Amino acid sequence: MTGPGDLERDEAGHDEATAPSGGFRKGAFGVSGSGDTSGFGGLVRVEPGGAVALHSTERPYGGWFDEVTDALIDAVGQSTYDAAVQRVLVDRGEITYFVARKHLLTLAHALRDDEALRFELCSSVSGVDYLDSGGPAVAPHRPRLHVVLHLTSMTYRRRIRLEVAVTAEDPHVPSVTGIYPTADWHERETFDMFGIVFDGHPALTRILMPDDWDGHPQRKDYPLGGVPVEYHGATIPPPDTRRAYR
Amino acid sequence: MSTTYDPYAGSRETTEGRVYTVTGGDWDLTFADAQDQDRLVVNMGPQHPSTHGVLRLVLDLEGETVTKARVVIGYLHTGIEKNTEYRNWVQGTTFVTRMDYLSPLFNETGYCLAVEKLLGIEAPQRAQTIRVLVMELNRIASHLVALATFGMEMGALTGMTNGFREREMVLDLLEEITGLRMNHAYVRPGGLAQDLPEGAVDSIREFLRIFPKRVADFHRLLTGQPIWQNRLKDAGYLDVTGCVALGVTGPVLRAAGLPWDLRKVEPYLGYETYDFEVPTADTSDAWGRYLVRMAEVNESLKIVAQALDRLEPGPVMVEDRKIAWPAQLSLGPDGMGNSAQHVAHIMGQSMEALIHHFKLVTEGFRVPAGQVYVPIESPRGELGYHVVSDGSTRPWRVHVRDPSFVNLQATAAMSEGGMIADVIAAIASLDPVMGGVDR
Repeated sequence: MTGPGDLERDEAGHDEATAPSGGFRKGAFGVSGSGDTSGFGGLVRVEPGGAVALHSTERPYGGWFDEVTDALIDAVGQSTYDAAVQRVLVDRGEITYFVARKHLLTLAHALRDDEALRFELCSSVSGVDYLDSGGPAVAPHRPRLHVVLHLTSMTYRRRIRLEVAVTAEDPHVPSVTGIYPTADWHERETFDMFGIVFDGHPALTRILMPDDWDGHPQRKDYPLGGVPVEYHGATIPPPDTRRAYR
Repeated sequence: MSTTYDPYAGSRETTEGRVYTVTGGDWDLTFADAQDQDRLVVNMGPQHPSTHGVLRLVLDLEGETVTKARVVIGYLHTGIEKNTEYRNWVQGTTFVTRMDYLSPLFNETGYCLAVEKLLGIEAPQRAQTIRVLVMELNRIASHLVALATFGMEMGALTGMTNGFREREMVLDLLEEITGLRMNHAYVRPGGLAQDLPEGAVDSIREFLRIFPKRVADFHRLLTGQPIWQNRLKDAGYLDVTGCVALGVTGPVLRAAGLPWDLRKVEPYLGYETYDFEVPTADTSDAWGRYLVRMAEVNESLKIVAQALDRLEPGPVMVEDRKIAWPAQLSLGPDGMGNSAQHVAHIMGQSMEALIHHFKLVTEGFRVPAGQVYVPIESPRGELGYHVVSDGSTRPWRVHVRDPSFVNLQATAAMSEGGMIADVIAAIASLDPVMGGVDR
């Protein structure tokens, strides 16, 4: 949601290089562009472990997280692992591997087939658009579109999350349908809603929206329509431009 | 005046103007074209009584054999996931409850568990027990609809009328407890909208006394019937490997022999302390799925009885006043609303309480940034909530892994190579709810 808040952020002097490296909140009371004259509106608070936290959890991760990570390193080799996994985040009892897209299929293969891993079930594939959340104002070529895969090991009763970040200018991610056939519709939905192109998908077409629809509705910069009402030509503004608490 | 030939609407001129004669009758033309080829493409739905909702099937047929089945969805897409991003966290429950409209309480509970995990809080014990209670009642209602529509689609119409009749008993209970038959918005982040009303426990006990007999009646009506068995057995075959590869969970997976039930394998809300079985079958077909659902109704009755026994008095909302909805709902002369006591307190006694109420209701609470994935066992399988917060009063993203959406992918694997009549059995045995599929 871009709004008057961006202005404050720019004035606060955060460019991409010096921006706080975590999820962050503006204003002491969540105020943005509301005419707050107290001065607290420009306050930026960093929230470690945020949704888009850019830090990495240090080992040991605790519990079975280390077991899975070690098994993954054994399965693909240390050098491939280092190249593939950019960082690892353990938060609220869940582990997230941030993966470079060119190594996604190697990892997924190992995760499904290795005896010590056995993530047989791909529970979900979806997208998240981190347009301006937790970072400086959107610069072009910022990896704002995230593909999120939730894998389940029915053998060991474990769940992990893989996350692949791509830019809106080059939204290509290899398709995991060859490894997890269930990803077929999930990837079609993610393409439909976020415009992420899954290379190698057998038939990447829209699934929920009509075939001739323009744009990808769940992107954060997708224009929202207002509601026309029958009262002296009045309209209700789109939800993202209404006055609201954020 | 020249007219062009239209097989659907021929017309002729009369003194009163042009008169159209709307007919079908083009089947001969179609058939003449198709006679030279073996392949016939049939479009079923989206408005078709046997496709279990607004589902469209495009079937390639050779005679009565299906060579290709394509599933077209999206007719019920309402953008609920996107909508939640513009509402506060509490309002989210009123949206997600409308997705899979046959299991609204599962949607609410899954969502609230995800929000609570993000907040790092846990609902009080009484709220957790009541959640289990209403969810299992809801599971019974949902399975009854599954069995009723199954009956209808197989031509056993008495199964349909009986199923919907018994379901009314559950809906009456849910209405008594939550105020609504569907779309309850009863489960809220941090607890429940209100406690059980007076007399609800007695009504549920009465229901538990009557209902086992109704299940037995259902068995007597359908289970032993040879036509029913012949229609269901070997229809829609999908084994464990196929299920896992296609992500199919719930009764369909259990009918293939794998006792995978999240209530047992990844317990939540204290399910590990309840005594119940996970029914399975080893037939991997529509018949097995029918039996598994029937058995699950009985297991749910057991859980409901245990939940009633362990209900202790106590709060149904977290103590934290920064999160808890300021008032309990109560029934007034003009319908459901904030309790009269609470209104008197904020309007007449405490300015601070009024401000607090106003801030919490209009602005809502903030949820620390982060993301969680919370799966629960809905009547149709793994219902997963992937919820992302950026630290504000609204969700940044709510993605729902709806079991109907995933399970429906198995249609082609279940029906290609079989007879067209078995396609209906296969889809009915998957029990997809299109509100959940399209969201």
